[in-house]
Amino acid sequence: MATDATTSGAGGPNAESVFGPPRRRIGEKLIAAALFCAAATSVIITIGIVVSLTGETLTFFADKAVSVSGFLTGGQWTPLFSDPEFGIRPLVQGTLIITGIALLVAIPLGIGTAAFLSEYASPRVRKTVKPTLELLAGVPTVVFGYFALTFFTPTVLNSILGLDVSVFNGLAGGLIVGVLIVPTIASVAEDAMSAVPQSLREGAYGLGASRRQVSVRVVVPAALSGITAGIVLGASRAVGETMVVLIAAGQVPTTSLDPRNPMETMTAFIGATGKGDVPTGSTGYKAIFAVGFALFVITLVLNTISIRFVRRYRQVYE
Amino acid sequence: MSTDKLTTGAIVREVSDQEAADQKHAPVPVVAHHDVIDETVENPVFVTEDLSVSYGSSPAVLDVSLRIAEKEITAFIGPSGCGKSTIIRCFNRMNDLIPAARVEGMVRYHGLDLYGDDIDSVQVRKRIGMVFQKPNPFPKSIYDNIAFGPKVLGMSGSMDEIVEQALRRASLWDDVKDRLKDNAFGMSGGQQQRLCIARALATNPDVLLMDEPCSALDPISTGRIEDLMHELKETVSIVIVTHNMQQAARVSDRTAFFIVDMDSSEEARIGRLVEYGPTDRIFTNPHDRRTEEYVSGKFG
Repeated sequence: MATDATTSGAGGPNAESVFGPPRRRIGEKLIAAALFCAAATSVIITIGIVVSLTGETLTFFADKAVSVSGFLTGGQWTPLFSDPEFGIRPLVQGTLIITGIALLVAIPLGIGTAAFLSEYASPRVRKTVKPTLELLAGVPTVVFGYFALTFFTPTVLNSILGLDVSVFNGLAGGLIVGVLIVPTIASVAEDAMSAVPQSLREGAYGLGASRRQVSVRVVVPAALSGITAGIVLGASRAVGETMVVLIAAGQVPTTSLDPRNPMETMTAFIGATGKGDVPTGSTGYKAIFAVGFALFVITLVLNTISIRFVRRYRQVYE
Repeated sequence: MSTDKLTTGAIVREVSDQEAADQKHAPVPVVAHHDVIDETVENPVFVTEDLSVSYGSSPAVLDVSLRIAEKEITAFIGPSGCGKSTIIRCFNRMNDLIPAARVEGMVRYHGLDLYGDDIDSVQVRKRIGMVFQKPNPFPKSIYDNIAFGPKVLGMSGSMDEIVEQALRRASLWDDVKDRLKDNAFGMSGGQQQRLCIARALATNPDVLLMDEPCSALDPISTGRIEDLMHELKETVSIVIVTHNMQQAARVSDRTAFFIVDMDSSEEARIGRLVEYGPTDRIFTNPHDRRTEEYVSGKFG
């Protein structure tokens, strides 16, 4: 330890003689503590949700009328009947069909909007369109729900397109949920595309690429991880969307694949049953939590896949 | 150092007191139109006449007139803000991408008005390649970086051969032939810049514009790029912007020296071409005092 003698050994200067007496920073510590609490809140609430969901779900499966295999594979969902069946497949199927329709609408519209705003629009157009788009994201979903039920289904789907759909149908629900998530996808994708360094665009333009080629071959691939994140965020919103499907898609748990018919999603079941006359503690009541848990697992899987994907394809620019 | 010393000195930048004293006696620059065209250039690849570029309402560079020789290396030198990059970006209409940029005057490419109504800027860039200040490979494999231009242009022939030939011309083939499928971001900075040169060469351009191509590179990588430029000028005309005078002296056949002026209201900085000629003469026997001061290292 010979070297220590020259730096901090006896006889050398001590910190106080050089820098003055140490200052106490109580305010600093208080602020750090307050900020930590703020950050911890969301973590604690998430844990609380998982714990309560898991607990109620376990008591649901402890019920004699319920079996895990019947829940996962059964094709009948009649929790409120006197002879109840708890096969979740119709609800999962309804959720997936409506999410699928929504994504079919929202992916091209969202990425197209993002590409227009980031690559084609003049700064003035961008300044107008982007806030408008984000305004659309702020419209209460219940408004979208009644728009789907009272205008979109009778006027657009039946009268204009002549699709002969039911009053409540999965198609209207899916299409309107799609419109609902366009701003999410467009906004995240636009951010990702705008973040692609200008030097990459210049490189491509310098090689004689047209605007379309620059967008399609350089900007979109370079922004792919962000675009994917936007799509997954939109998909998560579609899976979790409750109001539109509750109002417009009906509440008929069915295994029919025809989106012109009414169908019920997992969220719509939770919403409809939760506000209804189900006695607290009954098996039907506990089923809400089991469905909620399944929904939670689906979104978790979706998000995990997307995080992996985003990490794998993320490009780090200086 | 008082600022009024600088108002007549015309050179707008931070200078030491000694330099400011020197400049006090420098003549107020008046560059007459067509003064600096190099008439000795035959078969010029580019001719500019009173070329001016402005961004919005403020002019960036004024009245540049010169002739760029074919199959030679022409260097643009001068202090920061003198408009040398702005001018080089007129040669492949890169300024079109900046909405506020306005180009006035004439640029002829092999006698053709580059800013004519019938000229498609995308077509122009297919003939006139560009290498940028910072290496900007696409986030793709080495192979796909090179293949990008030929694919965009719909070039015929074996893509493998096109890629190999471009990499050989950029003397990069031996470095990367075993990892063509690797991401280009895994290469060193010097290799990335040579990749960008190879990428530009893959479309067989007639001209290569290089905008400070070595400013982000170490001396060894810089040397390799300079060697490469010497080889390339057999087949392409090269215009290089550099703030490194030694580099201009080493690689170029002709040199254009730009300065940056205050305009009369002293609010905008305006770039101007001061002197243009064979590199030997510019560095050994400059006609203009400001060129002499710059190349002898008195400022810049």
